[in-house]
Amino acid sequence: MPEHSLTSSAQLKARHGRETRFRWMGRIAILLSLGFLVFMFVAIGMRGSSAFSQTRILLQINFDEQILDPQAKRDPAQLALANYKPLITKALKQLFPEVTKRRDQRRLGRLLSNGAAFELADMAAKDPQLIGTTRDIWLTASADVDMLIKGKVDLGVEENLRRLKDTELSWIRKLQDNGHIKKKFNSAFFTKGDSREPEMSGIFGAMVGSFFSLLVCFVIAFPMGVLTAIYLEEFAKKSFITNIIEVNINNLAAVPSIVFGLLGLSIFLGVMNLPRSTPLVGGLVLALMTLPTIIIASRAALRSVPNTLREAALGLGASKVQTTFHHTVPAAMPGMLTGAVIGMAGALGETAPLLMIGMVAFIVDVPQGITDIATSLPVQIFLWADSPEKGFVERTSAAILVLLAFLIAMNLTAVILRKKFEKKW
Amino acid sequence: MKLQTITASVFTMVLIACSPSAPPAAKEEAPAAIAPASGRDHIKIVGSSTLYPFATTVAENFGRTTSFKTPVVESTGSGGGLKLFCAGTGEQHPDITNASRRIKSSEVERCAENGISEIIEVKIGYDGIVLANSRKSPKMNITLQELFLALAKDILDAENTLKPNPYDKWSQINPDLPDIRIEVMGPPPTSGTRDAFVELAMEGGCKTFDWVKALKKTDKPAYKSLCHTIREDGAYIEAGENDNLLVQKLNANPKAFGIFGYSFLDQNFDSIQGSSINSVDAELENIADGSYPVSRSLYFYVKKAHIGQTPGIQEYITEFLSEKASGEEGYLVDRGLIPMHEDERGQWKEKVKNLAILSLE
Repeated sequence: MPEHSLTSSAQLKARHGRETRFRWMGRIAILLSLGFLVFMFVAIGMRGSSAFSQTRILLQINFDEQILDPQAKRDPAQLALANYKPLITKALKQLFPEVTKRRDQRRLGRLLSNGAAFELADMAAKDPQLIGTTRDIWLTASADVDMLIKGKVDLGVEENLRRLKDTELSWIRKLQDNGHIKKKFNSAFFTKGDSREPEMSGIFGAMVGSFFSLLVCFVIAFPMGVLTAIYLEEFAKKSFITNIIEVNINNLAAVPSIVFGLLGLSIFLGVMNLPRSTPLVGGLVLALMTLPTIIIASRAALRSVPNTLREAALGLGASKVQTTFHHTVPAAMPGMLTGAVIGMAGALGETAPLLMIGMVAFIVDVPQGITDIATSLPVQIFLWADSPEKGFVERTSAAILVLLAFLIAMNLTAVILRKKFEKKW
Repeated sequence: MKLQTITASVFTMVLIACSPSAPPAAKEEAPAAIAPASGRDHIKIVGSSTLYPFATTVAENFGRTTSFKTPVVESTGSGGGLKLFCAGTGEQHPDITNASRRIKSSEVERCAENGISEIIEVKIGYDGIVLANSRKSPKMNITLQELFLALAKDILDAENTLKPNPYDKWSQINPDLPDIRIEVMGPPPTSGTRDAFVELAMEGGCKTFDWVKALKKTDKPAYKSLCHTIREDGAYIEAGENDNLLVQKLNANPKAFGIFGYSFLDQNFDSIQGSSINSVDAELENIADGSYPVSRSLYFYVKKAHIGQTPGIQEYITEFLSEKASGEEGYLVDRGLIPMHEDERGQWKEKVKNLAILSLE
């Protein structure tokens, strides 16, 4: 056998070895990134999933007319402002007749959320018939109790270091034994705005804020982006100027988003005097940011439509505009929409530009329109992560889960659009 | 053709979406709300992130218990808040700004240039900045001087010459301190907490050297750069300001220390502990009476011109200074605010009632 045979030479062995090594490196890289992804999901999921349930305490509330509505007017606006704290105190006294000291009674009251009285207020305002009746009502427990029931409090710690002392624990145990304390699905999380009490806070306000911002963003960026792409691709003559424009669009796509925030601050707020902290301005800034993405995706989609289609239409006597809007654009639409959806998904996750225009704010009321002050989902996550209360740790993770769900849904839409309608030419 | 339907539906979607967004959507007005004179029906508050938990708590309670709308609170940092506050009067400018330090004379001038000559100052209480670690490790007792030596970029050696900070472990500074690497996570330079920490703790420790005290009189810039510069070699880690993740990081790494506002310690007493500074524990009473060396006052500032324009400003201030909010048993104390003494709060209440104008004497 010659020394350099093709089948068994050292050189061949080395080449094969290189290939195997490369394959394994690729596999390991994929495994690693998958591992990180799984780790992230599991970590966030484990921390956040508990926020979807909420500890509630059953109390027998007597809607005392004397306290709430002495003049018996049943005016919802007045009922909403009445003081419902005494009702809770009374109900607790019934349950715990042995607690007599004022100091202890105050501590007993703290088992319930500060917002529990407002829950009663909302109920009474909605249904004034409640006044004068006695009902069993599940009220939200305080965050400390909630954390305890969810097993997030280390009871091995010395008593004076714990937020809940031994007496409070004995009260909670008594409630548990009577079946007066329960974890229930946390619907408030999906129907309420922000709150300073972790147990009363919800993500709905931020979701609506995000929705309005994205609506404005879509309404502006999509038609503009698509029309720009159509003009550049179908109508404009290749010239020095269009080249410059093209380079600039590509550059804009890579500009850090905070820069768009600064731009929005000086133009929309400074020059145009639009209202600060509103989805209108947020959407405009996000539109500026997603515009390049949409233009680039739309141009790529238009370019992939074969020229034969255009030539056939032109050959049959269609005008340039007819050819474009009747044939080219519909054929490119799935690609354009995919680009738009991906651009919007990026905009949904964006906080930096919103910081500049004042959408990072504590807003309790759910926005009603694009000119109402609002926050957005990622901003809400940022704000909760900044809060000292322990209850916000799980809320932060739960909000991240919600945001991820939306992002996945949007990206999935993009994939489905592409798979379903994309044509292979 | 299917694609055409999509195209058509997309453009109709755009049209539909356009039409309601043209006129601002009708807002449900609370029946009892007072019609605003200036067009804005809610109070707008900006400013310090340290005061953010307190201001938002008051705002929420205020919104729930009165017929006024819930004020909107934006967290911009003390400096950023005052900048926005001083930009002018009118609907688009905030009514109130929170500050974790007192307003500076330069800021008062800036305000005056923009036509805001009458500012009302309201003090709401105190805040302590704590150096905390996990309860899994022993508690540290450190002096300001030692803290300065641990965290300064440059320090003085025996011959009073400047040299880069040589300390690697706490025990190299003082054998009584723990024998672990210096690892402190704290706020970034943009934060008011960092400003206060540098001013109170670093400068406080720095001044204890006689040589430095003399330097202050002769060469103030050199003094400042010596006392205010934190080391950048990895011993001090910028870890985001007032972040509840920081608490989790401390639990995961018992050897590390964190710097943050007292409210974070207060909410997490079961897992972290504040170090004693100059042998004074980081406790509510010690911060309130000023014996804890790293404590500061918290304020907010109100535009007098906006009172009567934006509804509810005076009522908001009253709520903030009320017994049930910032009193010694108030709900802000539950959030980690260190309350003023009864008498002091009374004085501020009186000042605010008379709408006393701020003057920096």
